[in-house]
Amino acid sequence: MDPFNLLWLQGASCGGCTMAALDRGPHGWFAELTSFGVHLLWHPSFSEATGAEIIALFEAIEAGQLPLHGLVLEGAVLRGPHGSGRFQMLSGTGRTMQDWITRLAPHAGVVVAVGSCAAFGGVAAAGGNPTEASGLQFLETERGGVLGASFRSRSGLPVVNIAGCAPHPDWISTTLAALALGELNADDLDAFARPKFFAAHLAHHGCARNEFYEFKASAEQLAQRGCLMEHLGCKATQAVGDCNQRGWNGSGSCTRGGYPCIACTSPGFEAAHNLLETAKVAGIPVGLPLDMPKAWFVALAALSKSATPPRVRANATADQVIVPPSSGAGRRK
Amino acid sequence: MSRRLIIGPFNRVEGDLELRLDIAEGAVASAEVSSPLYRGFEQMLLGRPALDGLALVPRICGICSVSQSLAAVAALRAVDGIAAAPNGVIAANLVHAAENVADHLTHFYLFFMPDFARASYAARPWHDEIAARFKAMQGSALAQMLPARARLLQIMGLIAGKWPHSLAFQPGGTTRAIDLGDRVQLLAIIADLRVFLETTLLGDTLDNVLALDSADALNAWRQGRSSDFARFLAIADDLKLDQLGRIALPLLSSGGYQALDAPLFAAGVFDPASASARAFDPSLITEDVARAWMRDTALVPASAETLPDADKSAGYSWCKAPRLDGQPAEVGALARQAVDGQPLIRDLLQRAGPSVATRVIARLIETARLAITMQHWAMQLDLRQPFLDHTPRCLTGSGVGFAEAARGTLGHFIELGDGRIRRYQIIAPTTWNFSPRDRLGQAGPLEQALVGTVVGDDGAQSVAVQHIVRSFDPCMVCAAH
Repeated sequence: MDPFNLLWLQGASCGGCTMAALDRGPHGWFAELTSFGVHLLWHPSFSEATGAEIIALFEAIEAGQLPLHGLVLEGAVLRGPHGSGRFQMLSGTGRTMQDWITRLAPHAGVVVAVGSCAAFGGVAAAGGNPTEASGLQFLETERGGVLGASFRSRSGLPVVNIAGCAPHPDWISTTLAALALGELNADDLDAFARPKFFAAHLAHHGCARNEFYEFKASAEQLAQRGCLMEHLGCKATQAVGDCNQRGWNGSGSCTRGGYPCIACTSPGFEAAHNLLETAKVAGIPVGLPLDMPKAWFVALAALSKSATPPRVRANATADQVIVPPSSGAGRRK
Repeated sequence: MSRRLIIGPFNRVEGDLELRLDIAEGAVASAEVSSPLYRGFEQMLLGRPALDGLALVPRICGICSVSQSLAAVAALRAVDGIAAAPNGVIAANLVHAAENVADHLTHFYLFFMPDFARASYAARPWHDEIAARFKAMQGSALAQMLPARARLLQIMGLIAGKWPHSLAFQPGGTTRAIDLGDRVQLLAIIADLRVFLETTLLGDTLDNVLALDSADALNAWRQGRSSDFARFLAIADDLKLDQLGRIALPLLSSGGYQALDAPLFAAGVFDPASASARAFDPSLITEDVARAWMRDTALVPASAETLPDADKSAGYSWCKAPRLDGQPAEVGALARQAVDGQPLIRDLLQRAGPSVATRVIARLIETARLAITMQHWAMQLDLRQPFLDHTPRCLTGSGVGFAEAARGTLGHFIELGDGRIRRYQIIAPTTWNFSPRDRLGQAGPLEQALVGTVVGDDGAQSVAVQHIVRSFDPCMVCAAH
């Protein structure tokens, strides 16, 4: 198997996607990449090569002398100030990162945005976007970004967006492995070019608070066990990601950690305000589960609330289980 | 005759770094340290609801996100003076220690040691063994260290949901109550950390390592020992790393790991030149933008604004220049352990001062201390009591909060009005260590540490420069934020 040459760059990034990826594999992430034939040409956090060696590597790619199968960007591309890109210069080169990325991308077999910043602008574009940050092929929900809506890598794929802030380590590794195997195609991506293997699910699926959700037994404050949707801003019913179907750092997830989903896989998530409160109109949450007619939701919620078992109601506002399920010994049919 | 070297891209540091070195007679005569990336967090936080900062500030940094969260939480607590639930404080300490230990391990195995595997050391007697063990992305140590790191970070899954970037840290405490099963899991994870440290990193019990109280004792201990720490110590002796990257600036620590009474590691300022300690007075902190690409503003962070200006001709970095009582200061594990009076670190400082060797040794000693304390903390949690205090917060006023990240003192200076953020200034550890010059022309700690370094014919390829830079465990994404 020929190696799949991968170049990893960091734009306006916190480095958290890399830190997450490092969690992968029983023998470590590098061994796992190697097992799928991925050869890291250079990664800013881990490679030995420095300074002039790296610039020579980039120039060889630009000159078409070194095949680049995958180009990963972690972090947003900064276009400011005033379109110059000077908020991020690639050190030692006198050139902006924006310039390097737009020059290298056409040489790549596939271009991958790791994390919501590289995909959509993400947190780098928050608060009025003072640095003119953008994702590679989207700015928030708008198509275009730095490479343009019509950009296709040499393989014909749009930029593959491994959304999330940070994404689950599995999402990163699995996507890169699938690309190296040639197994990821255009119809494996959703409308925002996120791989469907994780993006065809909702963060809500598999949430450990499911019984509370069913009965609309809601937590009123953080750290309580009830559903976080009604009062505490949880967007898990609207955000893609199989977050609650796989453990984060062992057994975790945001909702298991006691705080709401902030929809970090969604373009523009950083623009929402009051992340720990549910926006409501006339007492009804504005953001309802995807695909669900509002009237049905309201009707079902009213019915569920009236049917809430006392145990579920009591536990919803407690931080530990205060009423356990009755043992039911001998009552099974 | 002097010549100028520009070094970059500078890898195996967190984020973007460029060095400009003036070389005269084969040695660094003068250095400028530049942070070439500006993201604008202090601008983007303005006007947001006060608690939304807790979702944004961890995202300043992917490697010390918990530190960012905890500095923000400390600042919010300072605004209204309402204490957190004691369990929440201890649980946050556990998560914070896990992050900092993970960062120390990441620094040692992934950022710092691979430089000794370079071909330029091929003639050294230790090179083959070190290259096999620490070669970047290939060394045999990775198959042990990376799973140990991942196991340690399972503490995040239990207490904070995930890492990096958690919303579990709130002014009232933490958002997930730990039960008996969780406590046992925490203890099991910490026990696994201890096994890794004792068998692989240190090669001795934590207690024995922490009993080493002098350079002589350390030297005797390392003889014939085959652990990664001992391997480093042998290299440090051979290459005289205690003579590399030396400075004698004040060592600052804001106090590591808040407890219910005193922090685990004391707050203070230790002067390595006179071996004397004094109290840390946060009101003496200023931040100078004379050589940053920033427009002039108040020197005191509590009334400063962030006004980027890419065209400012005097600027050479997006990083500002924090000063303590007008002086640059060095922060990090070395500062924490020096201020706290750790005997081995104090003795090493007395002999050679802050250096590449002492910075690395301090991190590993701190790691051993933390592993022991984490076990105590896990047992201290009172499982019948809440982890989050629900007293309504007052979100008007100003406050300063500190946290000790792996790489040093992190401060958040906030001002709130009507429940919204009116001002947000952040001084990160690497802002201190990698600061540019100030209006008086005083160079920052790394800029001073590089002066005198012999680069010989290697020029920009000088591995000594690489060691000095990485000995600070820089986080450039934090430095300029």
